[in-house]
Amino acid sequence: MINSHDILETINMIDNENLDIRTVTMGISLLDCVDSDCGKACDKIYDKICRYAGNLVKTGEDISKEYGIPIINKRISVTPIAIVAGACPGADPVRYARTLDRAAREVGVNFIGGYSTLVHKGFAPGDYALMRSIPQALSETEFVCSSVNIGTTKSGINMDAVDRMGQIVLETAKLTADRDCIGAAKLVVFCNAPEDNPFMAGAFHGVGEPDCVINVGVSGPGVVRAALAKAGDCDITAVADIVKKTAFKITRMGQLVAQEASRRLYVPFGIVDLSLAPTPAVGDSVAHILEEMGLECCGAHGTTACLALLNDAVKKGGVMASSHVGGLSGAFIPVTEDAGMIHAARCGALSITKLEAMTAVCSVGLDMINIPGDTPPEIISAIIADEAAIGMVNSKTTAVRVIPAIGKKAGDELNFGGLLGGGPVMAVNPYSPLKFIRRGGRIPAPMQSLKN
Amino acid sequence: MHAVITVIGKDMVGILARVSTICAQNNVNVVEVTQSILQDLFAMIMMVDISKCSVPFSELSDQLEALGDEMNLKIHTMHEDIFNSMHRI
Repeated sequence: MINSHDILETINMIDNENLDIRTVTMGISLLDCVDSDCGKACDKIYDKICRYAGNLVKTGEDISKEYGIPIINKRISVTPIAIVAGACPGADPVRYARTLDRAAREVGVNFIGGYSTLVHKGFAPGDYALMRSIPQALSETEFVCSSVNIGTTKSGINMDAVDRMGQIVLETAKLTADRDCIGAAKLVVFCNAPEDNPFMAGAFHGVGEPDCVINVGVSGPGVVRAALAKAGDCDITAVADIVKKTAFKITRMGQLVAQEASRRLYVPFGIVDLSLAPTPAVGDSVAHILEEMGLECCGAHGTTACLALLNDAVKKGGVMASSHVGGLSGAFIPVTEDAGMIHAARCGALSITKLEAMTAVCSVGLDMINIPGDTPPEIISAIIADEAAIGMVNSKTTAVRVIPAIGKKAGDELNFGGLLGGGPVMAVNPYSPLKFIRRGGRIPAPMQSLKN
Repeated sequence: MHAVITVIGKDMVGILARVSTICAQNNVNVVEVTQSILQDLFAMIMMVDISKCSVPFSELSDQLEALGDEMNLKIHTMHEDIFNSMHRI
């Protein structure tokens, strides 16, 4: 007989502490859909996605019911579309975005990621066309997410792409200004983008991946916070230990769901992403974990240290719980998706400079941050360059997902609803990096790349 | 194959009877029951064998959830694997 204390603990985690599986993401390769006729390629893409993912949502719901664990999102990631689009140079890449959107609607998933391109070392013909089409693609579709990888530790940072992405982020926000600039919330600029990430907006199916794969992202900041609250006044070693044990339990659940989904869909299991992913719901906040550790408010001095401990302990606990670990793995700090972060940003405790420091020790980067709508594109590019530099030098994934709030200034609010949440517009440093950004070229790969 | 049914809520007449009736109707055998009453709060954990269950698991879970709504109780029906994987190495 299973211990009744364990049973009640699990149920309490689900009922009261927002324990859930954030996403079951099916990665689908589109390499066999490449065609020099864009129309034919789109037909093949639509058919393949519908064929492979037709049962994804139903299977997710069945597993959710059987094990009693909420599975919040079912998603699809595909091969970066720039690779597919490269075969038909004259065609408008937005046609692929519309195809993805249609397929996502048909199979009933929440998001489809992979309107992406990898340009960390330079542009191939399909790359440039795809980048230019991102603002239109995101404004015309509902489910499509886009990402661009502009740097890696191995190859350095493509500053021409950084320059362009500043403009593209701004333009994407402008084209969706009537919908709280939501387009920019579905666009991520990466350094060291992982090929097996199940989380949006940055998910795509890397070329080294199999034809089809199941990746799972877990969640559960509320559980970690509650475990710390229960422990009361213990020293920081004990705090790390509690986080590890809790992360282990959370990840075991992710592993179980991933294996079960993989078995039922006849698709290989890829990875579990060891993540603490917040939602705007009360009691589901990473910031509140940091505050539980002893900070008055997230953003106070000490936040980076607490986050470093949290991020590391989550990985240590999770890694033993899963047979394959990957994706972004760590604590996320998306501002508008985290009730504690929103509060900290509103009351002025949390600034973009503090967030930048935090990104050096957390799972991703500057995520879901609203910035003033009149921010010049070169400042957005420079924010991207700073963040990419942190990722490049520390051999970690970093990303920028900022939302220029068109027509709004610092202190105003944007609201996206759902998992994307909403929050205040945060001030950026107004001094100009224009000359640096316009130089173009590539930041050479750092010494860390020379590991052979 | 086992599942765990947990019932939490205010104590009243007939909880055990009605939950086990649903189990019996669906050919689900009750293997073990533990229950405790702390003041007014009723907590029951029931281990059941679902290998000969006559309906799909999700339907059993729906029926029990509906009973929970009707009696103002929280009833969870979960496959035992989740507890084994979370709490055992």
